[in-house]
Order: sequence, then C-alpha cells, then structure tokens
Amino acid sequence: MPSDPRRKAPRPGFVLDVDKSTPPILFHHGEQFRLEKLPADRSRVIYPAEPLPGLQDPDEAIREALLNPINEDPLPALLWAGMKLTIAFDDLSLPLPSMRRPDIRQRIIEQVLDMAAAAAVDDVHLIAALALHRRMTEAELRHALGDRIYDAFAPQQTLYNHDAEDPDGMVELGLTRHDEQVTMNRRAAESDLLIYVNLNIVSMDGGWKSTATGLSDYKGVRHHHNVATMQNSKSFMDRHSSELHHSNWRQGEVIKAHGPRIFQIETTINNNTFGYDGPLSVLQKREWEWSARDRATFIGMKNGLDVMPSAARRKIFQAWQAPYELTSVQAGEVESVHQQTLENVFTQHIVPVEGQTDVLTFGLPYICPYNVNSVMNPILVMCLGLGYFFNLYRGRPLVREGGVVIMSHPTPWEFHPVHHPSYIDFFEQVLGDTTDPIEIEKRYEEQFAYDEWYIHLYRNSYAYHGVHPFYMWYWGAHALQWLGRVIVVGGDPRSVRRLGFQPASTMQDALEMAGDVVGPDPSITHFHNPPILMADVT
Amino acid sequence: MISAELNKTRIAITGATGFLGTALVERLLRSVPESELVLVVRPGRRGAQNRLDRDIFRNDAFERIRSTFNDESHETFEEMCRRRVFAVAGDVGADGLGLDPEGLALLATCDIVIHSAATVSFDSALDDAVEINLLGPMRVAAAMRAAAAAREEPTRGGLETGESAHLIAVSTCYVAGSRRGSAPEELIDESPFFVDVDWQTEVDSARRARIDAEQASRTPQRLSELAKQARRSLGAAGGPALTDKVEQLRQKWVAQQLTDAGRSRASSLGFPDAYAFTKALGERALVETRGNVPVSIVRPSIIESAFAEPAPGWIRGFRMAEPVIAAYARGLLKEFPGIPEGVIDIIPVDLVVATILAVATRGPEHDENQAHKPDVVQIASGAANPLMYAQLVDLVRSWFNEHPVYDDRNQPISVPEWSFPGRGRVVRQLGRAKKTLDLGERALNVLPLRGKHADFSAELEERKEQLERANGYVELYGAYAECEALYLLDRMYALWESLDEDDRRDFSMDPRVVHWPTYVQSVHLPSMVKQARLKMQPGAKSTQSRSARLRKQVLAHERQLAVFDLENTLIASNVVASYAWLATRHLNVADRMSFTMKTLREAPALLSLDRQDRSDFLRYFYRRFEGAPVELMARDSREMLSDLLIAKSFPAGIRRVREHRALGHKTLLITGALDFVVEPLRPLFDHMITAEMTATNGSYDGQLIAVPPTGEARYQTLVDFAEAHDLDLRQAVAYADSSSDLPMLEAVGFPVAVNAETKLASIARRRGWLIEHWAKSAGAPNRLLPISPRAHREPSATRQRATRQRATRQRANRQRANRLREVTANAL
Repeated sequence: MPSDPRRKAPRPGFVLDVDKSTPPILFHHGEQFRLEKLPADRSRVIYPAEPLPGLQDPDEAIREALLNPINEDPLPALLWAGMKLTIAFDDLSLPLPSMRRPDIRQRIIEQVLDMAAAAAVDDVHLIAALALHRRMTEAELRHALGDRIYDAFAPQQTLYNHDAEDPDGMVELGLTRHDEQVTMNRRAAESDLLIYVNLNIVSMDGGWKSTATGLSDYKGVRHHHNVATMQNSKSFMDRHSSELHHSNWRQGEVIKAHGPRIFQIETTINNNTFGYDGPLSVLQKREWEWSARDRATFIGMKNGLDVMPSAARRKIFQAWQAPYELTSVQAGEVESVHQQTLENVFTQHIVPVEGQTDVLTFGLPYICPYNVNSVMNPILVMCLGLGYFFNLYRGRPLVREGGVVIMSHPTPWEFHPVHHPSYIDFFEQVLGDTTDPIEIEKRYEEQFAYDEWYIHLYRNSYAYHGVHPFYMWYWGAHALQWLGRVIVVGGDPRSVRRLGFQPASTMQDALEMAGDVVGPDPSITHFHNPPILMADVT
Repeated sequence: MISAELNKTRIAITGATGFLGTALVERLLRSVPESELVLVVRPGRRGAQNRLDRDIFRNDAFERIRSTFNDESHETFEEMCRRRVFAVAGDVGADGLGLDPEGLALLATCDIVIHSAATVSFDSALDDAVEINLLGPMRVAAAMRAAAAAREEPTRGGLETGESAHLIAVSTCYVAGSRRGSAPEELIDESPFFVDVDWQTEVDSARRARIDAEQASRTPQRLSELAKQARRSLGAAGGPALTDKVEQLRQKWVAQQLTDAGRSRASSLGFPDAYAFTKALGERALVETRGNVPVSIVRPSIIESAFAEPAPGWIRGFRMAEPVIAAYARGLLKEFPGIPEGVIDIIPVDLVVATILAVATRGPEHDENQAHKPDVVQIASGAANPLMYAQLVDLVRSWFNEHPVYDDRNQPISVPEWSFPGRGRVVRQLGRAKKTLDLGERALNVLPLRGKHADFSAELEERKEQLERANGYVELYGAYAECEALYLLDRMYALWESLDEDDRRDFSMDPRVVHWPTYVQSVHLPSMVKQARLKMQPGAKSTQSRSARLRKQVLAHERQLAVFDLENTLIASNVVASYAWLATRHLNVADRMSFTMKTLREAPALLSLDRQDRSDFLRYFYRRFEGAPVELMARDSREMLSDLLIAKSFPAGIRRVREHRALGHKTLLITGALDFVVEPLRPLFDHMITAEMTATNGSYDGQLIAVPPTGEARYQTLVDFAEAHDLDLRQAVAYADSSSDLPMLEAVGFPVAVNAETKLASIARRRGWLIEHWAKSAGAPNRLLPISPRAHREPSATRQRATRQRATRQRANRQRANRLREVTANAL
C-alpha cells in the first residue's frame, strides 16, 4: 500500500477559526462545488476526522466476530440442519456512496453462508431489509452481495426484497408498553434464527432500528416515524436522546419476547469517502493543505462540471464508489453489539465543539440515503440538510434556537419518476398547500400511505412507498421548529420557495439575509461534511 | 305627434332579431306606449314566441325600459310584452312568408309593416342574397295583399277589408352603386346610371348558379382534391371523421363559388357587392309588383352603434366596421385601402329608427291622382355632416394609442399608421404575408411536432386565419371606403321639417347632431371594444384563466367517466418502443446492434404507415410478436413497467387519472397497445381496453383477436362501454393526443387535447377545448433508444468454475493464516 502518513496517524477532526489568511472553504453543491470565503474573526469551520485505519484482514475480523460474539453463542452453535434461517441485510441506502466491491455485506454473508453450509442448513432466505424504501434492482443486489450469492439464491427466489405491503408477508408480534404495534416480515419472524447484517454509517443506524424498522411496515414504523417523535429526538443521531430510538427499543423488547432469536452483526467503516488519491481525494483534504496539483485537479474538475449537462454530471457522481474500509465488526446480542458499534462510530465521527452559532452553513452533496442511482429532488434536499446534517450533533444543536441555516445546493425541480412518484405529488400538491409538518401529517399522510397506486409501484416497480416523502419532511421537523430561517444558496428559486425556504444567489446575499433574523455580524459555523462528522456541542 | 299617431296602430316588423329590428322594437315599446307589435320571426327549433324572449327581449337594449318597471308597476315588463307583442312564425325566404292561417290573420290586423329582414353579410352566397334581399320585399308585399283580402274586421288604425297596410321597406343607400357624386332619393330606375337588367332573369341565373356549383363540387377530381385537403387537416382521423370533413369542405367550396359569383355579378353592374346589388333589384321588383300595397323605401347608409337611444353606444352583433377596427387595433391590418378625403358614411342606428317611425307616421305618399306613389327616404351622414375617412382613421388611431389592446404577453399593441394606399397594393401585401405563413405551416405540418411546438404551429395557423380575414375585409369593405357617392337627404329633411318640437326632441333623426370625434371616441369605440371582447387591460393571461376554468369543469363532480389514451397522452412512448424493449431484452450485444439498425432503417416506412391508418399499422406491426412466449412477455412486461412506462410517464397525467378516480369518476384506458404491455398499469384504471393477440401453445400468433381500439373503432368501443356501464358520454372527459382520436374526442362532453400534435392542436384551439401540456419528469432517465437493460442469464459454466475456484482459494488462504497464527501463538 502506498505510504500516506495520514493513513497511519490520522488526525482527529477539529474546529478552525477563520482569519484573514484562511483560504476559501469548500462547499459541496449537489453535483457541483463552491468555494466560499467566510468572514474572518467570526466564522469557524468544523472539519471531520481523517479516515481511521481500516482492519488489516477484514475477512478474518468477521470470522472472529462470528465465532466470538458478544453475549451470544458462537454462530456455528446456533445453526443446525433442518433449521429455518433468514439473513436480513441493510439496503441500498447504506453506505453513502456505495462502496467498492466487495461490499461488507458480501464479505459477511459469504462467511455466514459457509458456516450454514457446514451445518447443513438448507432453508436459507436472504432479505433486503428496506422497510418502505424502494426495492433494490438486480444490479444493486449483485453489487451488495456479489454475483456468487445472487446467482445461488435469486433464481430460487430465496433472495428478495422485503415487501411491507404483501398481505400475507407480515406478522404482528404484539404491542409495546406504549401500545405501539410491532410488525415484522413473516419469513424473518418465523425463522429459527434471524441474522441481521448491518452497516453503521452514522450513529442513527443499527441496534433495534435494524429489525424493528427495516423489516417492518407502515403499521409498525408510523409509531416513531411521525412529527411528534422527530420533534422530540434531539438528536436522532444520539440514541440516548432520541425518541425515535426509544420507540424502536421498546419495539425491540417485543421482538425479544415474541420474535425470532436474533444474531446481530454490526459493522463500522472509516471516513475514506473520496479516497487518498484519485480525482475526488481533494474533497477529503483541508483547503490550506491543498497542493498545487490538488488545486489544478479541483479547478479542472469544477470547470468540467460547469459545462456538463446535469444528467451527465449526475451519471459521473452516481458512478463513484467509495473506497471505504471496515474499521470494526461485532456480532451477537443486539444491544450489547450496538453499544460497541456506537463507540466505534463516534471514534471516527465525533468532533468536540464549544458553543453554538448564530448561522450554520452546510454544503449539501449530491447524495443522500434515498437517491442512490437516482435524483436528489428538492424534498431530499430538505431532508439531507434539515434532517441529517442538522441532527449530526450530540448535546445541543450547533446553531442556537432561532438561528439560521444556510445550505448550498442547486435544488433543481427534478424528480426520478420511477423511484419517487409520490414525491412528485407531495411536492406539487401537498407542499403547494402547506409546509407545516403537523398539518401535513394530519391532512395528507394516510391518504398517501394507503394509496393503492403507490403501493402497486412500491411492490412491483422501484418506487419508495407513498408515505416516504412525509418521513423526509418529518426528519426535518425538529430543525423547522428550532430555526428562525432557512436559506438555500444557488438553488432554483421556484423549488426553494415551494419548500418554504428562501433562495439566495450568493453566500454574501445569504449572510445578509440571515442578518435580518439573527442581527448584524453573526457568528458563523461551517459544517465541513462529508466526509461525515458529528459535533459534540458543549 | 309620432307617438300619438302610432299609438293607434299595430305594426308588423320583419327582421326583429337583427340590429335595426331590435332597435325598432325597443323604441316602439318604450316611446310609443300604446302601440302593438306583430313580429315575424323564423321559428327556428324553439318556436317564434320563444325566440322573442330569448333573442330579442333578453338583449341589453331593453335594460332601459326594464328599469322603468318595478314592484309598484301594475304589470311587469314581461306582462307588458305579452300584452303588446305577438309573434308570428314566418320566413321571408319562403313564398307567402310561410305563414299559417293564424299568422296571416294576425298580419291582417296590422296597419304598418316594416320590412327590415335582410342578409347583411357582405359575403353571402348569391342565391341566398337573391332569395332574401331581392325576393323578400316582394314576398312581404304579396303576403300583405293576401292579408288585406282576408281581413275580417277593421284594424286599429281603421283599415277595412281589401285595404292594404303601409309597407316600409328598409334598403340601403348603396343601391346607388359605386358612383361618384350625388345620389338623390329617387327610385332605382329613375337614376341615369341605372343599367336595366331584368330581375327575374337574375333570379333564375342565381338559382342555376347554385345547381351548377353543386354539380361541379361532385366531380371526381374535385372530390379527390377535397379528400386530400381533409386528410391534410385531420390526419389519420378515421373514415367517418374524414368523410364528415370532406362533406364540410365541399359545402364550403360551393358557398365560396356562389359568393364569388355574387361579387363578380355585382361588380359587373357597378355595385360594390352582392348585398347592394340584390337590394337594388329588390327595390325594383317590389315597386313593379306591389299591386295595391302602398310602399315607402328607407335607405340608410352604414348603420352603426346608437348615438343616444336606447343608450349611447348600444350595438347588436359585430357589424361592418367593427371587425375592421378590431383587426386594426390588434395590429393585424397594417394597411387598409381608401381615399383619405373620401367620406365614410355611417349613421347611428337610433337616427335610422327615428326616420322609419317618421315615415310610418307620415303614411304613404300619393301622386296627383291620389294613387299611392312609392317614395324613397335616405338617412345618411355624408351630405349633411360628413366624416372623412382620414379623420375616422385618425380618431381611431389616437383612441387606441391611449387605450391600447394587450397581447397574450401583456404587451400593449401599437397600432400602425395607415398611408391610404390603393386597394391593389394592400391585397398584394396581404397575399405575400399569407404565402409566407402558408409555407411555414406546410413545413411544420410535415414535422412530427407535439405539445408546445405544435402550439407554435397552431399559432401560425391562427395568424394565417387572421390574415385571411383581414384580406377578406379588404376585399369586402374596401369598396365602401373608396365609395365617393354623396347621398342626398332632401326628402329626409322635408320630413324633419314637418315634425313638431316634441318629435324633434324625442325622435331625433338629423345627422347634423352627431359630433364625430365624440361619437367615435366616447360612444362607439368604448362600446365596440367591449362587444369585441378585446383585451384592454394587462392582466392574467386570459388563456391561462380559461384553462383553469376548463380544468375545473373537467374535474367537476358530476362527470362520470374519464377516458385516456396511453401513448403520448400519459406516456412518452409507443408500440414500437415497447416492442423494441421486449425484443432486445434477451439479445446479446451484437444482436442488439443489428436489431437497432434494422428498426431504425424501417422507421420512416413505419411512420408513414402509421400516418395513413393506425389500425393497419398495428395489425402489420404486431405480426412481429409471432412466436413470443406468453409467459415471458408477461414477466418482461412487469420489468418494463419501471424501465419504460413509468420512466417515460407524464406525472401530471398519472395524477390526473388518480384525481378523476378520487372524484368517483370511472377511469378507462383505451389503447392500441397490447394487453400484456399495459397490464402492469391496471391498478391505475377502473377499466382497460387494449389490443389483444391470439396465442397457441403458450406463444403468441401475431394475429389480433379484434380490431384494435384506435380511430373510429376507439369511438365505437367508447360508445359501447358507456352503454354497457350506463354512463352518459356528455358527462365524460376524454384525453388524447392525436387527430386519429378525433372521433372519440368529439363523442364526449369534455374533450382534452394532451400534448397535441399539430393538427389536433389547431382543432382544439379552434373549438376551445382544454389543452394540456404534460411533460416527462425532469430528472427522468433519458435514453435515446428504447433498448432494455439485458436480462441476466445463468452464469456460464466457466464463470461458475472460476467463482468456485476463487472461493476455495480464499478458504485455503484463511486456513493458512489461522495455522500461522496458531503456530506463532504456540511459539510465543
């Protein structure tokens, strides 16, 4: 392996105070980039940690984890001939962007299948635990699991996508102590062992959320995928302060009592999103450390992208596969495993930050969990900015209450007709009416959730469930409640206004508009993400 | 005096539904409160009495008199009308006016008959003009003689049996022909310029011209020419629609022949048009054949909006000068011929009414032997208070400069300055412009345009029509603007002198009272722009609000059925694309290439076949599915739902289907696409009617089971469906994109043209149908060719072996590593 010193001794994330000598800062901007000069002496930039070193022998680490699980018998001991075994795995929304082959899921499931074969287990099903997400295509399944697994299972119809709307495919496991329904994929629920293969890219993922949400349906997820829950999850990235997770954990209690035995395998990856070398590596470096070559690459890339039609740009970016490396794998009992996972996630992501800011800025990249091989439509822009980025905090939000978020994204009025049909109608009809999450939930959610056409497309095409755009909107509900104003720099004014935000053509304009809300000379914090970071705000 | 005299009478009026007729009725009802009226109207479908209520009393002319009735009045306006006004079904185009015995009896009770019925359109067919303008007055006189003979008791005015009522025939000043200098109030044949033609011969030849034209329109050459024209304008709309169109075009052609015949005959005798020509002969025929009927002729010049009565600016219908002025205000008429210092002879309608009533009061003229003598009174402005053409143009231009008309983009239209060129130059100019547009239109028609582009071509077409109309105005009215005759008013003024003070106040007919700048700018134009619905204020696009209104109608609760076409209406795809997708799904790369090339080579031939006849095309094309396994097609179609149908769908269209369903309307898809192709769309609709193929042994034969539902078959399918489900097609909405769907669109109450191709776009625009532009989602995957992503096949044996070997190798490595670790651990 080439010897980049940063691989061996990665530097932690840190907060830079902007002064006159600070170069312009990189903002992701969809399938584009912006360089913005931030005001000196009142701005700071939070940088993510450099990628932690990956495990030297991932396959061995996986084997280790399977043979020495936490609070659970070794996997081979749980397998016996004649048993019903189901392996569920995280879907396309993880990791972001997709990782280079072999995907972690392939590595793990190949070993699990080897052990199952050794124990002469015949009845094995593989299920993509996608809840209400869109079905994965053949190519996507092949990418995640490898051709060998696909060709062995798919033709026998023992590798498939979870179908939350299959009238015979779901079972109710019971009610939580808060009267929340718990539902699960019938095959998974009726298995002797359910192995869940997870990929924990952010701290929201994993734990009971894997099974309680991933293998559930509308009846199950609506108890935590709602406005009240999301407004009380501060943040939903911090499991112990997250109502979303409390609810999932309560559902986990029911699964533990009435569901299948679960063998949870969780993994973490490092921050190596754009690679140490190659065209995008510059995105992972700190601006004042850019070499002449980095600068040339960046300018060339930016100019090239400027003249490209948006479809071509999208194609190029969607084709990028991250050279992520596995940093940990742990298996066994759900909660103990997840405890370990969270620690490992935080080791990579957490950056301590002192004090809140008046104005928080993000550069939104081209991808979010719901537009892999697809289009980042305006609703997803809202969700990525006010849902994911805003909530990447522990303690208290980075921006003060009543503060302003400025995000940068072109926000085109574009939708993928196959993947996001209900988003189109949500955007045209619902948002044309109101942007208030509570109103939206009250007046429209059920209509979309029970819509037969959307259900048909979810089951037979590659569409997100009819209710999914609502969840996108709820994901930002906490931020909407908290913020005084949201400004989108460089966004299509029509779609930005439709979202209820304010368009600005330059960062300068945006900062001035922010001044109307938070007063003159506000403090500014730029959240330099991705690669991913999570602010621990004190 | 007028009021007092006429109060004692009963007056019959023909042409009461016209501009002048309505004004007469209103004036008599209001200003002569004791008079009684008998209105001879064509009964139409609703009957004479009904037409009175609908076509006369509902006019805004009656607002003034209506306002004098209130709760305290002893009767309502309607009661008053019923008491004083009687309807008689009659038609001046028929001998004996087509009166029944009761009608004749009612006519017999009249003291005065005012004949104002005429066909005033300046481009009417020769024989129509002859029947109404030439023979009409004679027929009225004949009916009056018959009525007088049959009279059983004296009239209100004291006419005994056999004594005829006084006939006042309304003619026109222009019977004097296109001459220069003064035209006195004298009978036609007394004029030195009169060319003596026998009116009877003219009648015969006009009737023969009709027969000849009808004959000529039926020759094979003519019919095939018309068929070609019909196809050009409708495309593959199917048999019935095309035959309809051909017949329409034939009738139009005949009418044009007769209009041309009228115009050329008129100009050969020195008249500006067939109207003036037939009116002139009508006067002559009337005088010749009047018998014992006392006749007075009133000749107005160009009648225009009211000066004061019933309200300043009141006008009915879009008359002669208005279309020209409107075209000018819209910037269409860059030039109009005319002599700047020439006189434009217009006369407000209330002055004409007053003249007629004064003549009626005076009664018939007598000669020295006390015999009735036909007399003529002219009412015009040229001699007493001339309005110069240049002055009129000036007034109009300065008014529109201050009150511009706005175009679709809310920009004020600046009116052109006329330089008063000769008529020839204007005609040539318009001809050139039209030719350019013609060429452009033909070019666009050949291109397969849709939606917004097709709209552009529809715009072009509209522009062309406007130009054609402008051209028509020049041809029709140019002669009037160039007319240099001066109509003398001696007898009119003699009549005026005979009136007392009260009459002069109440029944003003002196053209000298008109102050032209005030009349044109404050009275006529403001009322005219309202009448013409010109857009005088910038504001919301009128077309937009119109579509919004139409859309609301389409989505109204009472609608029962919404029918959708599929291709280019809901989805930007077609049968060729879906075939190509299915056919390439299991091909390897090389075969795909050759398939693509082959299909591309065939494309022009397929396209032209499709244009000729859609069902022939489908029948021919679907043969390609011969041998396709039924099950495989079904499975692949499920995948095609995402990759082709939804990817290329119009989300707004899909949403519209769902909106209809949500409103409880039945939704129906009628498509020429194959059943298995659209099967995955079934949950979207209540019903689907598709093309179906026969299959044997699990494979399709490539033969259709029935005629595919396109063109008129689609129409029939829809009718059958509606009948079977007890649905009212008048409450149905149909969405389609092509003129081949015309039969279906015409069958429903609410047709919608979606992304219409050129021909349908222009038809939809003309008929005021809702036009929708539905687009693919921005962000939809854009593929040039509808080639499917390759279905994955079983991995080859070599590949399987390689995979196995790799797995073994990996396992071996792992074991080696483990052993090594153990060894080291032990060693340590």
